[in-house]
Amino acid sequence: MQVNEYKPLIVAFCCNWCSYAGADLAGNNRLNYPADVKIIRVPCSCRVNPAFVLRAYQRGADGVLICGCHPGDCHYTTGNYYTRRRMALLFSMLSYLGIEKERTRVEWISAAEGAKFAATMNEFVKTVTDLGKNRRLEDLRCKK
Amino acid sequence: MQKISRFDIINRLKDLLADGNVDRVLGWKKGEFRYDVTPHVFTSAQELEADFVWGDFCGANFSKYLIKETAKSDKKVAVLLKPCDTYSFNQLLTEHRFDREKVYAVGVACDGMADIFKIKKITGDGISDIKENGEDLDVYTIYDEKPVKIKKTDVLSERCLSCKSKKHAAYDELLGGDGDVLDSNRFDEVAKIEAMTEEERYAFWQGELSRCIRCNACRDVCPACTCEKCVFDNPNSGMENKSPANEFEEKLFHIIRAFHVAGRCTDCGECSRVCPQRIPLHLLNRKFIKDINAFYGEYQAGEVVGSRAPLVDFDKEDVEPKNAVGKEDK
Ligand code: SF4
Ligand code: SF4
Ligand code: FES
Repeated sequence: MQVNEYKPLIVAFCCNWCSYAGADLAGNNRLNYPADVKIIRVPCSCRVNPAFVLRAYQRGADGVLICGCHPGDCHYTTGNYYTRRRMALLFSMLSYLGIEKERTRVEWISAAEGAKFAATMNEFVKTVTDLGKNRRLEDLRCKK
Repeated sequence: MQKISRFDIINRLKDLLADGNVDRVLGWKKGEFRYDVTPHVFTSAQELEADFVWGDFCGANFSKYLIKETAKSDKKVAVLLKPCDTYSFNQLLTEHRFDREKVYAVGVACDGMADIFKIKKITGDGISDIKENGEDLDVYTIYDEKPVKIKKTDVLSERCLSCKSKKHAAYDELLGGDGDVLDSNRFDEVAKIEAMTEEERYAFWQGELSRCIRCNACRDVCPACTCEKCVFDNPNSGMENKSPANEFEEKLFHIIRAFHVAGRCTDCGECSRVCPQRIPLHLLNRKFIKDINAFYGEYQAGEVVGSRAPLVDFDKEDVEPKNAVGKEDK
């Protein structure tokens, strides 16, 4: 019997200075993480506007990650502190509207944490796979 | 009944015009029916006598009008503000949206505004006139000669039932005296939704938001929505003016609208008042306010001019997003 295995689509916004470099390091060290994760590089985690997150869902993402430098280590000194407030409120609102809270997440990953990057991605893909397809924030017209 | 009469307000406004302190007044003008009062700029005593109204249907908050009105001339404009309106007034000052020097703020005491939808639920749609009669409203309809007597407290609008303050946060002079900051129950409704299961919450909001026709009234009336360029007007944004085609678009609009005013929304309740579809938009705004209070400390937008909005501020010990979610909903 053929099993039609569900593979989620994950969008990861990674800041240029830490998490994106962390992803590079994971690659250099040949650490595996699923190909379902699509990375979008942003100058800083605070570049991520809440509409970006929603738009990713609209276009078919099943999970969205926002990755940035550890608080205190932002290349622009304070960018990620704003990210933290903004996303805390956004996530809380999504949950208030009945959207699964596990689908969206913020992770702080430094340029030296290639292993953490790979582990985070593996774990997140597993979480989203268990949740199944994003149905509550999908736009059917955007489906191929 | 309101504490101060129409007559007293008009007299004072006429004095202000006569003294030359101000050359126009932003106030409520009678509409076709008693209940559809509209904002208007009055320029003469005669006009005030003829069309000015003050009563239980003067819900409109004029703060936002000051942006355009103050830009029109160097003369001062007098504006009538209920206590809740003064918070928006301050918030706009904080954001440098108009010149305080060009405004003469007249605070009017407010006894709560009636909700015409609640009245129509009792009487039906054919209302011909409404008279204020002490604590009652006499509603005349086309169905009967005798009026339907309604207790005003039974048809108070939602936002007035959970009014946060009868104290004016800003004024140059007060008519009808000042009140107190109230111990309001305005987050109870939010807490009720938080206590639902995820499925129930989803179904609840699905039911509410799917009625939205994207008329943009909630956005246009909002004193916190004053950007000159708005994402919802941008045809390249993919979320421009159009009625939502599906669940996603409804949510997109409502999440983004509420998010853009998060930390700046004074909870004046205008959005819910003007929504023709009776969508409880204040429950989205209040969720943000409640969370902000819980995560970053009590904050009331518009209470103090110049205060720093929570989303343009931070603390090194702020809660992490993953701990924030679900902290509120048990
Ligand atoms: S006022 Fe009501 S119907 Fe109109 S856009 Fe806002 S929520 Fe939708
Ligand atoms: S969002 Fe609604 S309650 Fe908040 S300031 Fe705007 S109109 Fe008032
Ligand atoms: S540069 Fe990495 S979070 Fe700001």
